[in-house]
Amino acid sequence: MRAGAAVETIPYEDDLLHGILCDVRTIAMVGASPTWSRPSSFAMKYLQGKGYRVIPVNARHAGGTILGEKVYARLGDIAGPVDMVDIFRASEAAGPVTDEAIRLAPEKGIRVVWMQLGVRNDAAAARAEAAGLTVIMNRCAKIEYGRLFGELSWGGINSGIISAKKLKLGP
Amino acid sequence: MKNDPRRKPRATDTAREFGFATRAIHAGARPDPVTGARNTPIYQTTSYVFDDVAHAADLFNLQTFGFIYSRLTNPTVSVLEERIANLEGGRAAVCAASGHAAQFITFFTLMEPGDEFVSSINLYGGSITQFGLSFKKLGWTCHFVDAGDPENFRKALTPRCKAIFLECLANPGGIVVDLEPVAAIAHEAGIPLIVDNTMATPYLLRPFEWGADIVVHSTTKFLSGHGTSMGGAVVESGRFDWAKNDKFPSLTEPEPAYHGITFYETFGDFGFSVKARAVALRDFGPCMSPANAFYTITGIESLHVRMDRHVANTQAVAEYLEAHPRVAWVSYAGLKSSPYFDLARKYLPKGAGSVFTFGLEGGFEAGIKLVESVTLFSHLANVGDVRSLILHPASTTHRQLTEEQLVAAGAGPDVIRLSIGLESVEDLIADLDQGLASV
Repeated sequence: MRAGAAVETIPYEDDLLHGILCDVRTIAMVGASPTWSRPSSFAMKYLQGKGYRVIPVNARHAGGTILGEKVYARLGDIAGPVDMVDIFRASEAAGPVTDEAIRLAPEKGIRVVWMQLGVRNDAAAARAEAAGLTVIMNRCAKIEYGRLFGELSWGGINSGIISAKKLKLGP
Repeated sequence: MKNDPRRKPRATDTAREFGFATRAIHAGARPDPVTGARNTPIYQTTSYVFDDVAHAADLFNLQTFGFIYSRLTNPTVSVLEERIANLEGGRAAVCAASGHAAQFITFFTLMEPGDEFVSSINLYGGSITQFGLSFKKLGWTCHFVDAGDPENFRKALTPRCKAIFLECLANPGGIVVDLEPVAAIAHEAGIPLIVDNTMATPYLLRPFEWGADIVVHSTTKFLSGHGTSMGGAVVESGRFDWAKNDKFPSLTEPEPAYHGITFYETFGDFGFSVKARAVALRDFGPCMSPANAFYTITGIESLHVRMDRHVANTQAVAEYLEAHPRVAWVSYAGLKSSPYFDLARKYLPKGAGSVFTFGLEGGFEAGIKLVESVTLFSHLANVGDVRSLILHPASTTHRQLTEEQLVAAGAGPDVIRLSIGLESVEDLIADLDQGLASV
């Protein structure tokens, strides 16, 4: 995965991101790594701590366990419903993953395809949006959660949020 | 879609582009989520309790956001950091104990032993000493160039150079550096441009809009504004691609001082700031105190109002001095006679700052006499105070420099530096008038 600055940032409205993070509960994380110091592991652990169920998908580690969750080889192997697919793969690889999410959407209830920081595939996004899915690209769900609910600001990071209302710490 | 996220209630009002004044007052500071405290509390604490052992481990591994120890992060300091990052149009900021500390943690994050950088010679004298003498002991070499011609930066670049550094509105005053072509030269070389924006503040100049990648500040000056509080800040734009070449292993290779985390990959467009905090601030310790952060936050809330008056008063004083028969020369970029007038109009359309220099017909001796004769101007070594200040740089702030360096830095033996405050401008002019009558 390349870092975020190399890929053009898409200016999503905060309300859209906030709505997604309030709406979804179960996240399939494609490309989740068992190595604790990898970015996907950081994101998975953080999102678990915020009450999301995160199901790792990684063919190389299928059958194993990451952060207490069983690893599946493919999205289609996951038994229950999935609200959002979070893709930690190269931009080209995000295409087939998105197509699988589109195919499985009616059965699993997938509503959102989220491509991680540095991952952007406009053609795949267009197909998913045509199928009625919401697509976010080149963003980190952990960072956006932290930004919208105040924790990112603790690190001196510019949230861009201006408000005289009390901060709410979660959805 | 059965659960359209677009129909959820509004989280924030970021759809609107808020003005500078609104952001100077509100950015980074929402009412406290528990108490509703409207002003930012001073979190005068060294440490923060962990929820449990797992939470503590996550914090130490940087896997979650939160507070451990005020050497790294403090809730009051965080508000100031976000405020400054927002006003500069940057992605993130890290505050430090002083401007010098901010410069140190910036270079420590960029440089390896044996590395080099190119800097304008038109700098605050303390920076020339820090770069030229103290950094040398760390194995870092600074090549100083005359910033009058942007090509001088290119000519001085070597393969080991990791950054270009300059003050766009330079101290001790009157000089404006042509930022845009220097940014292009830095980017062609694959290295960031660092701009010390202390003298202009983000109200007068936002270096990121002209291609800078990192901005540093002494918040001690106009940002705190009242001569009360020491502090510094480093701001990153979030737009520099650290992985474009192999010059920045500190950001793109696994960090042994952090269990092999690769900072740029993990933290993306604020990876530089996380690294500067988690390694440089952690291991060297020059953190800002929460009380100083509070005073600086309070200062910034009136930055836009103060800067307008600072530059208006300065323009009037500079014009008065230029017309005075005992004044040999005035170097203020807001004067039409200044060779930097056009550059100031381009980069500093709201005004060319409030610090400038001048010399008397009587040279060194007359200058010393004037410094000692004024009664409203304070004779001290600071700038950017509500009070007007006067100083003879060659014998004070720039004292460690050689004669040659003094002239190159615009601080020759006859130079007097003024920092114009917010007093009634007629009183400032009257004080200079009586002082000049005595020389």
